[in-house]
Amino acid sequence: MMHGILLSSSGEIDVMVHGLMKYSFFGHEVWITTTHVCLLLVMLVLIVFSIAAGRAIKKGAEVPGGFQNAVELIVEKLDGMVDGTMGRSGAKFYNYIGTVFIFILFSNISGLLGLRPPTADYGVTFPLGVITFILIHFNQFKYQKPKDIWTDMCSPLPPWLPIWLPINIISEIAVPVSLSLRLFANILSGTIMMALIYGLLGWVATIWPAALHVYFDLFSGAIQTYVFCMLTMTYISNAIGDNADA
Amino acid sequence: MDFNESFILGCSAIGAGLAVIAGIGPGVGQGIAAGHAAAAVGRNPGAKSSITSTMLLGQAVAETTGLYGLLVAILLLFVKPLLW
Repeated sequence: MMHGILLSSSGEIDVMVHGLMKYSFFGHEVWITTTHVCLLLVMLVLIVFSIAAGRAIKKGAEVPGGFQNAVELIVEKLDGMVDGTMGRSGAKFYNYIGTVFIFILFSNISGLLGLRPPTADYGVTFPLGVITFILIHFNQFKYQKPKDIWTDMCSPLPPWLPIWLPINIISEIAVPVSLSLRLFANILSGTIMMALIYGLLGWVATIWPAALHVYFDLFSGAIQTYVFCMLTMTYISNAIGDNADA
Repeated sequence: MDFNESFILGCSAIGAGLAVIAGIGPGVGQGIAAGHAAAAVGRNPGAKSSITSTMLLGQAVAETTGLYGLLVAILLLFVKPLLW
């Protein structure tokens, strides 16, 4: 079945996830895909980096050297970003936001190394959105009174008239969906554009696509990482509200 | 009614082309946001960093609708849900 006009089946252009091996899991056919492999590679790099960073900090010198300097710079920048957005309650979220930031950033720019970016798979970004969703509502119930949450959920109308409740619930559910779809679609569109350029232009695409890599992988990936973390922090600090005791 | 496969694929391609028209809206919206951010930086150059981060955040939220159109187009072209 060849449809030359449909790019997914034309053979030269390669954007979708490939299954590498399959196994049977309780009667279901489960595939190990390129996403799993790329994700494992990214995680391996991050684990090695974090172990090295921990060693460097543990025997840290008074006057930091090269690698220790870089690690301290990264941690300070990330903590400063969290502090600037979340204010007083930011200290509890240093670890999570920093981890997510570095993970998404490495995943996005792994396209430069010839990997298929793991974030171009909805199965990777949707769990990140779900974690944000759980964090939002956990903190909402932790820091706000149930009565205030109910009033907030009925918001344009008074709390004894919950006509707007279903619409507000839908808009709450839309948060993780839009958060994860935004990241996924941005990275996927970059991947598809690069695959189209390499697949359709052939030998014409030799050196100059590097400039497009800078845009699609580095710029777009960094922007989307920043946006994901900023939106997560904004939603969480909205859920915490002003009456945080931290 | 029974349509053959290539008819459905052709209509999917037309639908995908129509779906990415959704990109007009975010383009206009992001341009407006960037223009106002430039004006704000001109008025108050000291607040450049916070203006830039606010602008990027708003632009990313505005971009979502365009990405939904892109996703519909990608689904129509690659997943071919109408052939199932």
